[in-house]
Amino acid sequence: MIKIALAGNPNSGKTTLFNVLTGSNQYVGNWPGVTVEKKEGQLKGYEDVTIQDLPGIYSLSPYSPEEVVSRKYLVNEHPDAILNIVDGTNIERNLYLTTQLIELGYPVVVAVNMIDLVRKKGDKIDLEKLGKAFGCPCVEISALKGEGCMKAAEKAVEIAKNHHHGEIPHVYCSSVEHAIAHIEENIEDKVKSNYLRWYSIKVFERDEIVRKELALTPAEIEHLEKHIKACEEELDDDTESIIADQRYKYISSMISSAIIKNEKGGSLSFSDKIDRIVTNRILAIPIFIAAMFLMYAIAMGSFPWSIGTIGTDWANDVLFGQWMPDWIGKGLAALGVSKWLEGLILDGILAGVGAVLGFVPQILVLSLLLAILEDIGYMARVAFIMDRLLRKFGLSGKSIIPMLVATGCGVPGILASRTIEMENDRKITVMTTGFIPCGAKMPIIGLFAGAVFGNSPLVATSAFFIGLAAVIVSGVILKKFRALAGKPAPFVMELPAYHRPAVKNVLRTTLDRGWDFVKRAATIVLLSSIVLWFLKTYGIEGGSWTAVEDPNDSVLAALGRSIAWIFYPLGWMGDMAWKAAVASVTGLIAKEQIVMTFGSLYHFAGEISETGREIWTQIGADFGPVRAYSFLIFNLLCAPCFAAIGAIYKEMGNARWTWITVAYMCGFAYLVSMIAYQFGGLFTGEADFGPFTVIAAIALATMLYFVFRKGYVPTSELQQTGRRYRKYIRFKRRHRRCDYKG
Amino acid sequence: MKTLKDAKVGETVQVSRVQGYGPVRRRIMDMGITKGVRIFIRKVAPLGDPMELNLRGYELTLRKADAVMIEISAAA
Repeated sequence: MIKIALAGNPNSGKTTLFNVLTGSNQYVGNWPGVTVEKKEGQLKGYEDVTIQDLPGIYSLSPYSPEEVVSRKYLVNEHPDAILNIVDGTNIERNLYLTTQLIELGYPVVVAVNMIDLVRKKGDKIDLEKLGKAFGCPCVEISALKGEGCMKAAEKAVEIAKNHHHGEIPHVYCSSVEHAIAHIEENIEDKVKSNYLRWYSIKVFERDEIVRKELALTPAEIEHLEKHIKACEEELDDDTESIIADQRYKYISSMISSAIIKNEKGGSLSFSDKIDRIVTNRILAIPIFIAAMFLMYAIAMGSFPWSIGTIGTDWANDVLFGQWMPDWIGKGLAALGVSKWLEGLILDGILAGVGAVLGFVPQILVLSLLLAILEDIGYMARVAFIMDRLLRKFGLSGKSIIPMLVATGCGVPGILASRTIEMENDRKITVMTTGFIPCGAKMPIIGLFAGAVFGNSPLVATSAFFIGLAAVIVSGVILKKFRALAGKPAPFVMELPAYHRPAVKNVLRTTLDRGWDFVKRAATIVLLSSIVLWFLKTYGIEGGSWTAVEDPNDSVLAALGRSIAWIFYPLGWMGDMAWKAAVASVTGLIAKEQIVMTFGSLYHFAGEISETGREIWTQIGADFGPVRAYSFLIFNLLCAPCFAAIGAIYKEMGNARWTWITVAYMCGFAYLVSMIAYQFGGLFTGEADFGPFTVIAAIALATMLYFVFRKGYVPTSELQQTGRRYRKYIRFKRRHRRCDYKG
Repeated sequence: MKTLKDAKVGETVQVSRVQGYGPVRRRIMDMGITKGVRIFIRKVAPLGDPMELNLRGYELTLRKADAVMIEISAAA
């Protein structure tokens, strides 16, 4: 079995190459302990060769989870060779990783990608010279066009088989090499000989992880530090920057001889020209709004060309509304199954799962458009344009995309947070995206607007602003907690050159996301639909346990009655209280279920319309305006549907943060509805002054405190360490002066 | 001492030192901002931050809060 590790920078075309090399023989999982995707595949035509796709990284430094995962893999899993993909149009920075990979002592093949674009620009890359400089074979490929890819992989297999180790070039100047040689001598017996150089350089760089791994004693460290400090003093810099510096110097000097640049290419590239317009000071934001509107309109809108909506309408009304119930009903009748099982399958499973699966067309269209925007390089620009605004609310520039997508459906919205690199920003985004009123919440808004507020358009508008305010307020509150403020994340981001989308990549991402959604519907949603159906259908009627005639006698109704008191401070009292509680629970399957639940609880027999027009009078009689609004707010902001909770779990990567998110959302919803009811009711006379008015006032004050408190403010690491650094320099100077005196 | 934050759009500058310690500094250096490199200030985002730089043949964005730590001199 031969293992080849595929390594390269983000945006170097690594995914495309991986897909070309492995086709459909891929296994996707997660690296242990982190939410970084792990992909493995079998090389086409070679049953004994597996290719391990490493995350896109710029360096093997010990900081980002992607880098740590890659390092661990390379050092501990012993791949037989490394296939290093390098973007030929951005070769200088890409080769920086190469200088680190060759130090690991494995056979390496460098594949210079996007060679077609390099040729088009009129540049020439001397592969032989490049190979000599790095001590490893270099080949040219175009992953997008499939040119040279198999040849590159075959080369990697070949050198893996005959264990061809190149000569590791001496990248650094003599005083650094001198110090490294000393370290090598000292740790020789601690590491395998082929890793010796890599470990020595890491010790030189004062890499914490490696120093711990080698279990160096304080005495050893002190001894090594002497050599390291001598070198630092000679070069007047610290080791980390000496190494980075000299790596780049080595690359620059090598490039000037191995690459012949087309001199007339000094004018703006095609990508630069696009960027002049797209990130233009005046045009950037209008273009962004237009792009988002278009994306939203195509996937979720109600225009004649809104493909997503057309698909979803068809799925809801025809596929899951007529065909499936018909077919399955007939099939069940033919099999002669009992009445209750038929009920379970048709009203329980099919209605529940169907309600969720109906969103698949919209999700596919949205994912497709998002994948295209991501692939052509626009998402990085979005982060660039929006960063300043969103940073104020504890979010990242890229958080705007999940929020916008969530106005259609929360599930793809939450999944879209994947593109946010900084973990804390991503967490806060995932925690707040569910507040945005999604498509399935619209029927609830429609129901109450019609039944209680005389169809005022203000209801929908205010609902949207409440969602938005919830996001902003929560962002401000959450980022003040230490667990979410965390380490200041660097916003040091590449703006990759625009390029045409790779059709295969885009389709693969789209289908993966769609399939993910289907799987979730088939598991969580299926299970919860079955449970809820039983609760809804059975109960005690006429003194015995039976399938109930009147839904008001069901177990679910009993449960609703038993928890209804919780919502008393929200103004849910009297007969409507348990109905509202039950409806909120069924909203967990899919939010539009709330309308259907009210339909059955108010004894409306037959197909209820989307906004429940048939029960408007009863609802109007039971819900005062303030009470109705409190119910609306609670259901807009509380825990999202099971499918969205599943998406939250997927992005958080653990149960703890998923529960924290759900609890936070429910708590926030509860407090806001209580405040709205108690104060709104006092104003209109629907509620009287009482203990809960005081509690609501306290809740409001507490929320304001959390918004305006200073909280945990991590100073930017650079500023903080900059201060420390200057202190250190002053200390050193003083120290030296003492030395002279002595 | 002039830092990258003070550089004007359209200017080309040369890095003389990257201050600080830790992940952000390492990231900045890994991305190619090392001693002596020439940086062209391409533009500033529509809302005034972050900035877009061109160096080593590619485009990089950096927040002004982090650009403060990069000491520069006029390009030779």
